[in-house]
Amino acid sequence: MAVAAPPQSPESIEEQRRWEGSLDQLRGLVSERAMTGETMLLNMGPHHPSTHGVLRLLLELDGEQIVSCLPDIGFLHTGIEKSIEDKSYEKALPLTDRMDYLSPMSNNMAYAAAVEKLLDLDVPERGQIIRVVCLELARCASHLVWLGTHAIDMGAMSVLLYAFRERERILGMFEMLSGQRMMSSYIRPGGVWRDVPADFLPTIKQFLNDFPYKVDDYEALLTKNPIWKDRAQGVGVIEPDVALAYGMTGPALRGSGVNWDLRKAQPYSGYETYDFNVPLGEHGDVYDRYLIRIHEFRESMKILNQAVSRLETVKGPFRSENGKYCPPPRSELGQSMEAVIHHFKLWTYGYDAPDDEIYSAIESPRGEIGCYIHGTGANKPRRVHFKTPSFIHISALPVVAKGYLLADMVAIIGSVDIVLGDCDR
Amino acid sequence: MEIPAARDPVSAVRDVFGDALLHVKAFRGETTLVVASERTADVLDFLRVSSGLVYNMLSDVSAVDYYPNDYGDAFDGDESDYRPERFGVSYHILSMLYNRRLRVKAFAAEDDPRLPTATVVWPAADWLEREIADMMGIVFEGHSDQRRLLMPDDWYGHPHRRDYPLGKETVAFSFNVDEIHQHKPFARD
Repeated sequence: MAVAAPPQSPESIEEQRRWEGSLDQLRGLVSERAMTGETMLLNMGPHHPSTHGVLRLLLELDGEQIVSCLPDIGFLHTGIEKSIEDKSYEKALPLTDRMDYLSPMSNNMAYAAAVEKLLDLDVPERGQIIRVVCLELARCASHLVWLGTHAIDMGAMSVLLYAFRERERILGMFEMLSGQRMMSSYIRPGGVWRDVPADFLPTIKQFLNDFPYKVDDYEALLTKNPIWKDRAQGVGVIEPDVALAYGMTGPALRGSGVNWDLRKAQPYSGYETYDFNVPLGEHGDVYDRYLIRIHEFRESMKILNQAVSRLETVKGPFRSENGKYCPPPRSELGQSMEAVIHHFKLWTYGYDAPDDEIYSAIESPRGEIGCYIHGTGANKPRRVHFKTPSFIHISALPVVAKGYLLADMVAIIGSVDIVLGDCDR
Repeated sequence: MEIPAARDPVSAVRDVFGDALLHVKAFRGETTLVVASERTADVLDFLRVSSGLVYNMLSDVSAVDYYPNDYGDAFDGDESDYRPERFGVSYHILSMLYNRRLRVKAFAAEDDPRLPTATVVWPAADWLEREIADMMGIVFEGHSDQRRLLMPDDWYGHPHRRDYPLGKETVAFSFNVDEIHQHKPFARD
């Protein structure tokens, strides 16, 4: 089968630039009224600041009202799934950081959990606790970016400055753990890369002391703000059955009052042992999704407080001690021949995984992020597929946005919290 | 309201669809039903609406390519090895009521890969299937939107197929710069 594109005679640049699209190719995708010019077609993006990356929306407008909406994605498609097919399981992990770049820890976790399921590998208790700390910090960091940018989209400038101030502290903690502020690659199959450093616990305790008051500050700026309520209440309503039919998850689904959180329903990494609540909305509008994420800050604080106190008492390995899948500690390399062999084998070849398929999902800040892996029996996967919440949520945008005003579109995009790296992969 | 008792999806599908259920496999606690490709949408609809099953959410649709030689052999009884055709498409469905997942898998032939669309069952399948049509080249019959999703409209080939090369950017040095500019006529402008 031929794979290279057949050579085509290159048109001149002028010809390419003088492109005039025909409306015929949109027939069936937009309403017939657009063909006669009764409604207006408007491009929003890919450079629009409120599209949170490079999302292009082709909007059909009747006055200011949205008649239909055609999302156009793929601008940030980087072929991560294809690249993983040529890497051994552990070496593919840094690529997953680049998908949802606002919460790389969740992507690491989704991938690591899937590989562990494929290999049937257990994670020691301390490793699980460190993972929970990382995941909840990532949830806070991601929600902080969401809060700042969502508020800026709706015209509240100053929230961003407060939100990013606290996010810097979380990124500082990620740097302490992994040496990297954003692309941490810290959660690995079998556990985490290394144990928490000595100065991490005092830092996170200080953060946990301060942060609830900061959340109060955000709420003071927004929750009862009449302009904010006017922009957010009754806008972008997602009915529960629509949310389910379109496969929406995370705060977008819980905002409609559906009680579904994978941390409760299908717990992973020991979430069943923590005491926390799942905030639910009533109306499914932009305002409810805002409230849910604000409450999730507080619930994450609860989980973090419990996890940090466990970190002080639970000692032991932070990564599986199965030498076939996880590298031995550096200290063993000088004394144990077996450790040297394992180390060499892991970093040159990797490990074999069964020729079979699994699907595993975790709750990321945006919703269910699932990972499908089909092994080959050797050290590289046959296929890795990520089901990402932003992809699903953008596919549902046309239904959610229909009938609202153009200015509400900005609020709706912000409230379902999309990340285009997550969507396009 | 009393919740009806959960039913076993395997026997329920076997009772209704009989021979269309080609194979059942369990691995790491996950159940996979391999169904005849032309009945996929019917089976999914049955699993969604039947009481005691209620798989109300489509989590994911993913496709796998068994190229070059891992498919088409006589089935030898090893249950992970049931691969009659080149492409496998898996629907990962979730029942929130009974809190369990199920994989419904169908195979599509190499020369004319076709499957019925599941968009009639879940609108969520719309983009997930378009992605597969784009990346694997499997045609979903009855899908309302046959445009490419991630790749540009004029792209040639289907990148997630296993016979599609990974590709790389050649680094331009003085000895090969002219040759590179030949494949990329606009790189200089």
